[in-house]
Parts: sequence; structure tokens; C-alpha cells
Amino acid sequence: MNGPVPVKTDRAGTRSNRALSKSRRAEKLIKSTLFLVSTVSIVIIGLIFLFLFREGVPIFKVESIRSFLFGRYWYPTYDPPEFGILPMIIGSLAVSLLSSLMAVPLGLLSAIYISELASQRVKEITKPVIELLASIPSVVIGFFGMVVMAPFLQSTFDLYTGLNVFNASIMLAVMAVPTISSLSEDALNAVSRELREASYALGANRWETISRVVVPAALSGICTAVILGMSRALGETMVVLMVAGGAAAIPRSIFDSCRPLPASIAAEMAEAPFRSDHYHALFATGIVLFVMTFCFNLLADYISHKYRQTGTATL
Amino acid sequence: MTFARRLKESIAVNTIRFSALFLALIMAIIILFLAVNGIGAISWDFLTQSPREAMTKGGIFPAILGTFYLTAGAIIVAFPLGVATAIFLQEYALEGRIVRIIRFGVNNLAGVPSVVFGLFGLAVFVVFMKFGSSILSGSLTLAFLILPVLIGAAEEALKSVPQTYREASLALGATKWQTISRVVLPAALPGMLTGSILGIGRAAGETAPIMFTAAAFFTTKLPKSIFDEVMALPYHIYVLATAGTHIEQTRPIQYGTALVLIILVLGLNGLAIIIRTRIRRRQHR
Repeated sequence: MNGPVPVKTDRAGTRSNRALSKSRRAEKLIKSTLFLVSTVSIVIIGLIFLFLFREGVPIFKVESIRSFLFGRYWYPTYDPPEFGILPMIIGSLAVSLLSSLMAVPLGLLSAIYISELASQRVKEITKPVIELLASIPSVVIGFFGMVVMAPFLQSTFDLYTGLNVFNASIMLAVMAVPTISSLSEDALNAVSRELREASYALGANRWETISRVVVPAALSGICTAVILGMSRALGETMVVLMVAGGAAAIPRSIFDSCRPLPASIAAEMAEAPFRSDHYHALFATGIVLFVMTFCFNLLADYISHKYRQTGTATL
Repeated sequence: MTFARRLKESIAVNTIRFSALFLALIMAIIILFLAVNGIGAISWDFLTQSPREAMTKGGIFPAILGTFYLTAGAIIVAFPLGVATAIFLQEYALEGRIVRIIRFGVNNLAGVPSVVFGLFGLAVFVVFMKFGSSILSGSLTLAFLILPVLIGAAEEALKSVPQTYREASLALGATKWQTISRVVLPAALPGMLTGSILGIGRAAGETAPIMFTAAAFFTTKLPKSIFDEVMALPYHIYVLATAGTHIEQTRPIQYGTALVLIILVLGLNGLAIIIRTRIRRRQHR
């Protein structure tokens, strides 16, 4: 039997003020808890700074900042020891720049292919494949560089060792290409369809449309992609640890062995006695690396905000 | 004139095609090479036995187990943090200075070099909190490494929940939190799980963050508590390939371990991509 449903005005209507304010308080509590939790990322960034400085700064009691950054000799276990990281800084810059020379054109061109030329079906396959490639662990790429690329380079160019700047740059490029490619592709995709159609309507062909309309319109996104790719190459550890050769000297040619900053930290941290000068010097190396990548990321952040793509209006 | 233009276009377009093909070729070579060389080493015993005779024989079971513990620990810590951050950013916060600062933190956390995470974990968890080199220290370090991945995925999942769901729930008299916890979150859950699979894949492949915080060169005993050191797959590859006196002798084990790691990581990522495609397709319908 279906009688009229009693309307519970009693409960809804006279819901007491106390219960209401209680639930409001609960809502507020939830909101502030969520806010607190969401600050974790920024807190961690702060903690990284704090603890790197805490463990790294003591080295500057024995070595001046100037001679640490620009010293050419790294002999942490000699007596007296020398802590100059200039060779590592140059090593890092060398492999990052050389790998960018390979990775930027390749990443950008493949992004243009996927976004502008490929058919829908090809797109549906290549996009996830590039994402998968970006996820290959760096230790595996480094391993490939050691067992395949190094002997190949050694015999092809008749070198003393295949573990050198060139090999490390190739392997870093392999790691950076998927990053650059998928980020640039996002930027290209965001260019509105009307722009392309307008260009074709004016009689431009595909290449003219790509080079003079689509790429310029997506330039800020592409720049961000390139900077983030370089930043990734600069901070990448396992590849340069396994493949760059590890000599703490300024490389004279691309076939010289070198030791970028991350490799230096990873290779020696296990041997450095706890809170010795060597240990502090490695943390200070970490500060230098962190500051360098932090600046790159700030730059990328700045470019992507300042020149934000907002469709046709930006042209 | 027209001929020159056409020639230019065909050269440019073919160059672009060629570079995309070249990229695909390089990647295929790397993966096929490791697959062909690694497949011979993999057997049931290889996956379930401990290393023997100074790691020149036997399997990699402790490393698989260690990687499992480390990634499980990382995701247990990172998932709630990531989801909570995403909820705050998407559902509560208004665009403004606070949101910009939080986003700034998330973006920069994503760009911190992995070896710097290792130093951070060493200084904070191993030394300052006195956890020692352990599963706990390694998991916490990895958790903060993958946090940005999880936040990004969770935000995307929340964005994809139609606004009408929220409005319908609020119109029924539900409070904001009731709406989020009973309507929005269940709808966004598949997307969030996809994000955590991606996070697990990332954590499983990282080496530098666990080098000083959790990874053991070699241990005969399996871990009994979260304060024990563990072996881990990526670190095992590094150790076998670079250190020790049997580098050539252990080559098959190195290839095998690398292949197991690749299958694990690519498998997880592939799974995430498949789930995501399904979700998107369902939404478009």
C-alpha cells in the first residue's frame, strides 16, 4: 500500500543551529587540512634547500666558495685535499649542450610529424609509444650505453675508451627526446585550427604553414619543452654515472672521459666518511646542481606564464 | 617559383618524416637488443632464487622483492598526499597567490634531479630522523619523487568529472565535503588509480634516490622489517655492470635483470595508458 509519503519537514526544517554550525566547522576543518597537506610540495622544496645547505655549507670553512666553484682539481682523499668542481661543472654543461644539439631537432621534428603530418591512426599509436619511451628507466639506458654504444664507438673511432662525453650525450639525448617531443607536441596541438586553415586558404603549402604559422604560434610551449628537456639532461644521474667515463678532469674533446656533477655525487657518496670534508663537499656539489636545475625550471615556468598561448589572440 | 616552393616543401616534409622514423628506429633497436639478449637469462629459477657464488649465479628474487617493498611504501605515502593536494587545488582553492605558490612547488619538485632526492633522503631520513639505510628511508624519498606525477594525474581526473555531478549533489542539500567524498571522488577514482600506476612505474625504475637511502649491494637475508636494507632491481643492474670482479661473467644476469625491469616498468605504464584510453573513450560517448 502506498500512502502519501510523510514529508519530514520536522527534521529538515528545524535542523538545529547547533548541528548546522557543527557541520560547518567540520567543513572548515576539512578545508584547512587539505590546504595544509597541499603545501607539502613547497615544504619539501624548502627542506631540500635547508638540508643541502646544512650538510654542504661546512665545506666552505676549508675551501672558499671561489676555489670550490673554479678550482680545477678534485682530490678529495689527498693530503691536503683539493675540492675544485670546475671539471664537473664543465662536464655537466658539455654533455647537456651536446645532447641538446641532438635531442632538440629530433624531438621537435618528431613532434611536428605527430601533430601536423601523421594520420589519426598513426597518431594514436605514436603518442602512447613516446610516453612509454619516456618511462624507460635511466639505468637501463646507461646499461645500453655501456655494453653496446661504448664498444661500438671505441672500435669505430679507434678510441682509448668508449665511455666519454660523446657517448654520454647520445644516451642523454635518448632520454631527453621523449620529454621534448611530447611537451612540444602538446604545444603544437594547442594551436587553434583556424590559424592553419587561414594559412592554407592564403595558398600556403604544408611546410610554409608549419614553419611560419604553427611553430611560431607554439613557440613559448616549445621553448618550455626544450628547457625542461635540457634540465632533465643536466640532472640525469645514472646515464652519466655509467657512460661518461668518470675522469675528474676538464674534457678537451668530445672523445674525452668526463664526470658531470650528478655522477660525481653518486660515485663517491658511498665512500665518503660521514660528515667528513669529502661528504660536505659532495653535498655542496648537490647545492650547485640543484641551483642550476632550479634556475632552468624557473626560466621554463617564467616563459610558459609570460608568453602563455591563448589561441588566436596572441598572434 | 612554384617548383621551388614545391621542392622545398617535399624536402622539409620528408626530413620531418625521416626524423620521426629515425627516432622510432633508435628506440626499437634499444628495446629489441635488450629483449633478445635478456630473454635467455630469464627462467622460473632466475625470478625465484637468490644470487649465489658472489652474485655470478642464481636469481634476482631479493631484488624483485626489494623493489616491490620500496614502490609499495612510496605509493602508500604519496597517494593520499597527491589526492589531497589535487582536491584542494581543484575543488577548494580559488586562483590566486596561494595556488600559484603551491603549483610552483609542485612544478619545481618535478624538476629536482634524482640524485638530489638521494642527498635529501640521506640527510633527512637516514641521518636526521635516524631511520638508517632502510626500506622506510627509501620509500619516503621515492614518495616525494613521484608526488608531482600523482598530483598531476589526480587533478586531471577531478577536472574530467562533469560539473553537473557536483551541482546535482549540492542541490540535494549535500555539503561540499559530502559532494566531494561521495560523488566526485568515486567518479574520479579510475583516473587517480591510473596516476598511481604511472607513479609506481617511475619509482620502480629509479636508482639514484635509493643508492644512499635503501639499496644494499648484496644481502643474503630477506628484509624482516621496514628498517632493513634491501636489494633493488635498478641498483642490482648498476652494481653488476660497474662494480666487482666478474663484470663479463655476469653479463647474462645483467641483461636478464634489465629485461625484467623494462618489462615491469613498460608493463605498468602500458596498463596505465590502456586504462586511461578506456576512460576517455567512455567519457566521449
